[in-house]
Amino acid sequence: MSINNTFKYAFNKSLPVMAGYAVLGMGFGILLEAKGYGVIWAFLMSFTIYAGSMQYVSINLLTGGATLISAAIMTVMVNARHVFYGISMIERYKDTEPYKPYLIFALTDETYSLVCNETLPEGIDQKKYYFFVSALNQSYWVAGSVIGSLIGSILGFNTAGIEFSMTALFVVVFVEQWKSVKNHTSALVGVIATTACLLVFGPLNAKFLIPSMILITILLFLFRPYLDKSKEDRKHE
Amino acid sequence: MNNLMINDGKSLMIVAVISLVTILLRFLPFLVFGRSQEIPPFITYLSSVLPYAIIGMLVVYCLKDVQIMTGNHGLPEFISVAVVVALHLWRKNTLLSIAGGTIFYMLIIQFVF
Repeated sequence: MSINNTFKYAFNKSLPVMAGYAVLGMGFGILLEAKGYGVIWAFLMSFTIYAGSMQYVSINLLTGGATLISAAIMTVMVNARHVFYGISMIERYKDTEPYKPYLIFALTDETYSLVCNETLPEGIDQKKYYFFVSALNQSYWVAGSVIGSLIGSILGFNTAGIEFSMTALFVVVFVEQWKSVKNHTSALVGVIATTACLLVFGPLNAKFLIPSMILITILLFLFRPYLDKSKEDRKHE
Repeated sequence: MNNLMINDGKSLMIVAVISLVTILLRFLPFLVFGRSQEIPPFITYLSSVLPYAIIGMLVVYCLKDVQIMTGNHGLPEFISVAVVVALHLWRKNTLLSIAGGTIFYMLIIQFVF
């Protein structure tokens, strides 16, 4: 079991996130700089907040002179989904000391997609894989936002649409998860419940996410007798 | 001009609040359930089935601003998602699927739609 192999494996897995974070991080840096907050702010925020969509929202909070209370409420609204990630990682992150606090801190959407369902090959150290993936992803995010802040406005080529890389990453993970189990109830619950809440509550400030999570939890509770039984259906590779 | 309007202290406080609330949300489940040896069975069950639902939720979340009723009716997004799915079923190469789908999306929104 070698650390080198684990690092290489984690690095390869993190490449799609590198591409996505470079783009989204730079976008954040550019926007922040345009609003008068320079590179130190980009670094500080990406280092201490490290939550992509919330950082975009926080630009509005900063420039709009939000109160601390409204900033806190908005953060709960946009980031409540992280509670969900935590719940589903309790088992997997159980014995990950000494990395555990950092793994929890760094559990973003994209990192979650790389650690939530990973069946690791022989010879890969699970704890270290989680740590390398988490740390690499954050380094891409911090570097992207700093670079965006410094040189973003100079960039000439038309990057419209490049943010689709993040959508594509989640679609790929969705396809891989879909193929890995026979029972697709949970995946369908996620898509259908979220779509329904999006239609009802609208996309503004992601306020459909909290109702979505409640609905998903209720539906998974109702489907439990059916889903728990079918756990054996999971294909082991 | 913008620089004059920025109150560094206030901004720092806002960043600190956002950071602390985000950290709290991320740690919450581990603080509540992490210490106990006995994790409630429903939580264990949730942790086994949630990943599938969450990734589904994230896909919808990424597409939340697509306008189905107006403009191009979300065609660029839905075609590009189909391209990603098709590429991935065909070659099973994550990087290829993501890069291919993204480049395809950029080309169609910049030159077609």
